[in-house]
Amino acid sequence: MLGALLLAAESGPLISIGPLDWVIIVIYFAVVLGIGFYLKRFAGTGEDFFLAGRKMTAWIAGVSFISANLSSLETMGWSAMAYQYGMLGAHAYFIGAIPAILFLAIVMMPFYYICKTHSVPGYLKLRYGEAARSLAGLSFAILTVLVSGSSMFAMAKILHLLLGWDMNISIWVSSITVAVYVVLGGLISAVFNEVVQFFLIWFGTLLIPILGLIHVGGWKNMMARISENVSTIHPDLPPGADFTSLWSNLGSFESNPMGIDWFGMVFGLGLAVSFGYWCTDFLQVQRVIVAKDLRAAQNGTIIGAVLKMCVPLIVTIPGLLGLAVLLNPDGSPVVLVPESDPRANITHRTFNDVLPLLMGQYLGPGLLGLGVTAMIAGFMSGMAGNVSAFATVWTYDVYRPLIYKNGTDRHYLNVGRWASLLGVLASIGTAYLLFFFSNILEYLQVLIFFFIVPLFGVVIVGMLWKRATAAGGFWGFLTAMVFSIAMWVFVHYFPQGWQPDPRIEIGKGAKVELIVNNENAPTQIIVREGEVKLTNVPLHKSLLTNDEQSKLLIAAADVVLPSRVAEGAPIAEEEADRQRAVERAEREKGNRVKPAAKPVVVLAPDVVLPDGQKSKFGTADVPVVIARNVAIELIEIRHTFAPAAFNPDHTKWIARSPAAQPMAVNMYSGFWTFCVALLVTIGVSLATKPKSDEELKNLVMGLTPLPDQGRAPWYESPYLWASVVAAVLIAINVIFW
Amino acid sequence: MDTEHQVPIWFFVGGLLLIYGVLIFGGGVYAWLSPPPVEHRVKLFEYHADIWWGLLLVGVGTLYLWLNWPWGKKGEA
Repeated sequence: MLGALLLAAESGPLISIGPLDWVIIVIYFAVVLGIGFYLKRFAGTGEDFFLAGRKMTAWIAGVSFISANLSSLETMGWSAMAYQYGMLGAHAYFIGAIPAILFLAIVMMPFYYICKTHSVPGYLKLRYGEAARSLAGLSFAILTVLVSGSSMFAMAKILHLLLGWDMNISIWVSSITVAVYVVLGGLISAVFNEVVQFFLIWFGTLLIPILGLIHVGGWKNMMARISENVSTIHPDLPPGADFTSLWSNLGSFESNPMGIDWFGMVFGLGLAVSFGYWCTDFLQVQRVIVAKDLRAAQNGTIIGAVLKMCVPLIVTIPGLLGLAVLLNPDGSPVVLVPESDPRANITHRTFNDVLPLLMGQYLGPGLLGLGVTAMIAGFMSGMAGNVSAFATVWTYDVYRPLIYKNGTDRHYLNVGRWASLLGVLASIGTAYLLFFFSNILEYLQVLIFFFIVPLFGVVIVGMLWKRATAAGGFWGFLTAMVFSIAMWVFVHYFPQGWQPDPRIEIGKGAKVELIVNNENAPTQIIVREGEVKLTNVPLHKSLLTNDEQSKLLIAAADVVLPSRVAEGAPIAEEEADRQRAVERAEREKGNRVKPAAKPVVVLAPDVVLPDGQKSKFGTADVPVVIARNVAIELIEIRHTFAPAAFNPDHTKWIARSPAAQPMAVNMYSGFWTFCVALLVTIGVSLATKPKSDEELKNLVMGLTPLPDQGRAPWYESPYLWASVVAAVLIAINVIFW
Repeated sequence: MDTEHQVPIWFFVGGLLLIYGVLIFGGGVYAWLSPPPVEHRVKLFEYHADIWWGLLLVGVGTLYLWLNWPWGKKGEA
């Protein structure tokens, strides 16, 4: 239920920064550009530019490995997940990352390292041949640019909403800075900046959980406060949905806010999505295959696992704190809404704002500048990571095999520099495309999952089974990609048509009167003058006349709009009152309540009250009266394909439950895609001729002797540290069971 | 790549943290001596987080600079 409460978001930018904060931001830009110019002298060959000379220490490789993943979209996005799904959001840092990272370190790294590949598509070439490599190289290059551009657009939008910055300036200043330091220094420049960014993110955000926990009175008080507030913040969830556990709420689909069970969590997130992302996304793998030796590559990866396990401190805890300490002046919890909610950024802040809201609440001058710098650094290093990975894959896996085979090292170095610049420009182009088609942002963000899960399925079969053939690898990869895309289309397809929820948007400057009850909740809204836009609100045109001047429809007499709509038809107010009474009684009994009809959302971002005061509000489930002569715009929207919505009749086939939330659908989709990749790769391989053992040397388990790395002290053993990290992971899961 | 003469990344990290620490500590001391109006204060203002967090940054930054000072010893990337 949206209604009953009158809710208003504060106007203007969310965060206001002062001179000291600006000094901190400007210093950051000066330092990253200075590092770029300084490192140019160390990027004189192709190996220097694309692989940082393969001389990284374990610590730099490990920090860079995690930092490439710790972008601002990640920190803000997963804080939002914790706000939306509670402790379940932390799984992305435990079972959704650590087993895969340890697997990469211990099992896969020797193959990547010993075959001296420069990229993951490069391994596919060695193992499966040119066709699989070209498919992977081209897909990766295109997707990387699209993802980088969509991140850039998201960054500009967020900086605009949070700080009031112009989107064009945000895009161009950050892009030019990234272009300068990546074109000059290549991968080593990107890695250096990722290490700097890692420290900025930690020192810029760690104070938030520290101060937040002091404020709320410790962990137990925070959990108690969450349990109190969650029914107000997430009223549509089942009353028993547990926000405070990692596993005990995964026994059924209904007992947790994600609508997933333990099987989906373990095999969808923990196996398919996580292994795909950490073991085969080249953006990640590139950071550690450039270490100075195999032991450093393995230990660097394990250091990355340790750092990854710490990230919930600055991501999950702030998300949980958002449920406990963000309060309105009257003491009621602040309600944030998803980006897809019609009230988002009009009358309500969104889930993604939880971290910036906490920054604004706790961080004063200077600290706020550091927090904002961390956010900008996160965006820029994410972009730099994408661009440097794009330049490598484009040059080595697309340009060299398909366009110009016999160039000199100097030639490919120059191509890499131009590719970096091209990558930045293509990202800017994608970002500007999103200005006009912002609705495609939704699926650009998930595109990468179409690619990495199939890739992992094919790579892992190739590494562990020498019988896998070139045809098996190619068809397994292609079929799984197509299957993944088909599943995505299926869950967003509505054969009967999908309609956005009915809503009434009251135009700027309209004169509005609010009738409220004893609890100050609106019982009726009267629009006296102005314009009103009705989307999917049924209204008979006989009640309207055409205004010759404005070309709009106007109310011929006072019109009462329904507070609820069912099947496109209005519900009589007596019936709506009866439904509300039944639902209230059910809710008081602690039962899950789904409204019998859709409540109509009312948005008034800038209206004038009878006393002449300006106001803004958002509510729902309240009848609205349109006075005579108010102009009305009638809109009816119906789509058969809607990327922003999930068809529950279809998701139940993918995610095994109609209660599945988007994250649950993504996890199960990953699992099925992985199964298809395995089955097709194995099936086609059994029907085709394999390579000889000699051809597979250093590429497949059993045919890859580990090099003698000399004696090393016990504390440098990757097996020891992998075991320690695994034990700590188990302990954390038991403690927060 | 000649990494023998490359300034280590940890040196840059230390320098940046030290500069930020000094600025944030200075801002914190100023806010302590001349507090803003109550309605403009952040939550838990009375803890003066900027002072001790600034000092922590100065400490960590100085440590990194000292351990990774590039002049007079070999650096590594």
